[in-house]
Amino acid sequence: MKIQLRNPRRDVDMPGPLRVDVILRRLDIERETVLVIIDGTLVPGDALVPDDATVEVRPVISGGMA
Amino acid sequence: MKCTVCREPAVIDIRRHNAYFCPDHFLRLCRDQTEKAIKDHQMFGPDDRVLVAVSGGKDSLAVWDILLELGYRADGFVIGLGIGDYSAASTQHARDYATGRGATLLEVNLPDEYGYDIPSGSKAARRTPCSACGLTKRHLFDKAAVDGGYDVVVTGHNLDDEAAVLFGNVLHWHTEYLGRQSPVLPARAGLPRKAKPLIRLGEREMAAYCVLKGIDYIVEECPMAAGNRHLQYKESLNSVEARSPGAKFDFYHRFLTAAAPAFRIADEDDTLSRCERCGAPCSAEVCAFCRLVERATTPQPVHLGPRRRRGAANTATTTDRSTAEGHAP
Repeated sequence: MKIQLRNPRRDVDMPGPLRVDVILRRLDIERETVLVIIDGTLVPGDALVPDDATVEVRPVISGGMA
Repeated sequence: MKCTVCREPAVIDIRRHNAYFCPDHFLRLCRDQTEKAIKDHQMFGPDDRVLVAVSGGKDSLAVWDILLELGYRADGFVIGLGIGDYSAASTQHARDYATGRGATLLEVNLPDEYGYDIPSGSKAARRTPCSACGLTKRHLFDKAAVDGGYDVVVTGHNLDDEAAVLFGNVLHWHTEYLGRQSPVLPARAGLPRKAKPLIRLGEREMAAYCVLKGIDYIVEECPMAAGNRHLQYKESLNSVEARSPGAKFDFYHRFLTAAAPAFRIADEDDTLSRCERCGAPCSAEVCAFCRLVERATTPQPVHLGPRRRRGAANTATTTDRSTAEGHAP
């Protein structure tokens, strides 16, 4: 699967299928700090991501004061 | 996993609620939590005119959308801060939302109307970018609300923002700031009421709200904010939250009920005068915003020629500082 990361923008390849929470653990990303989106759809931590999927890991932490 | 409410497929898990939600029940949760915050803290009523401080980011667009969904009379206000492509893109997100929703968006462009932008203005005024930006936004939001006859200014500060501010204030025991940290500040002496209806919702929920509602917000972080202290506090709190879900909520909301009253300070209305330049309420002859504008728009001296010896350079720095201060009222 292809995993799209931001800040900075980069792609990471990872063999699937894998659960979302396993993917985040392997990337050392805290679950609270991101959304995981597959084909425009939000997926929860226990979702199984197939090998041919493109996964967006979108950070949600903003540093300004809104 | 299934939605905790209806057993339909879930799209998001919220660990502090130990619950999963489908799109419909998650969006309802966001509306309900916002309405509860508004009512619990008596932020505003259905007849009030609300001005939402919009940045083009997830929180401000989400709170604007939720208020409109709940039937409040809410207009948006966006400031072009002149932070390169980032400001242009974020302003465009705000415009696109307003157009798509048929909502009213007021705009001010800082470089056009006040002659400076945040990157160069903060440098000239010897402030951090976030400090200059915050001061600028507070002043212009207040002015827009007063000029436009709005009853309240709403900002998109969420649970994570407020918990991080509280963490910083407690860490350094800024008791004066602790006394002012409130989800609603009453109107006083020419300043509008201010409210933060998202204090029961985290920023992950706000991003999810936008994705589920199809609200296109600016995902990129402000380039000026990278590495600031606020982000470090959020990182620390998220480490605690990962091991103890609900810790951030308890930290902030129990502060409001159990500790905040002890830090409250007496009403300061009587101590405020008017800025002799812009008329805004302030505690000096000239308000901090007008001083910032003056420094940001005053040409800075440029030293040419060979480098001076250390002793001479120190003297020059002292002289420059005196000159700069001399311009300040």
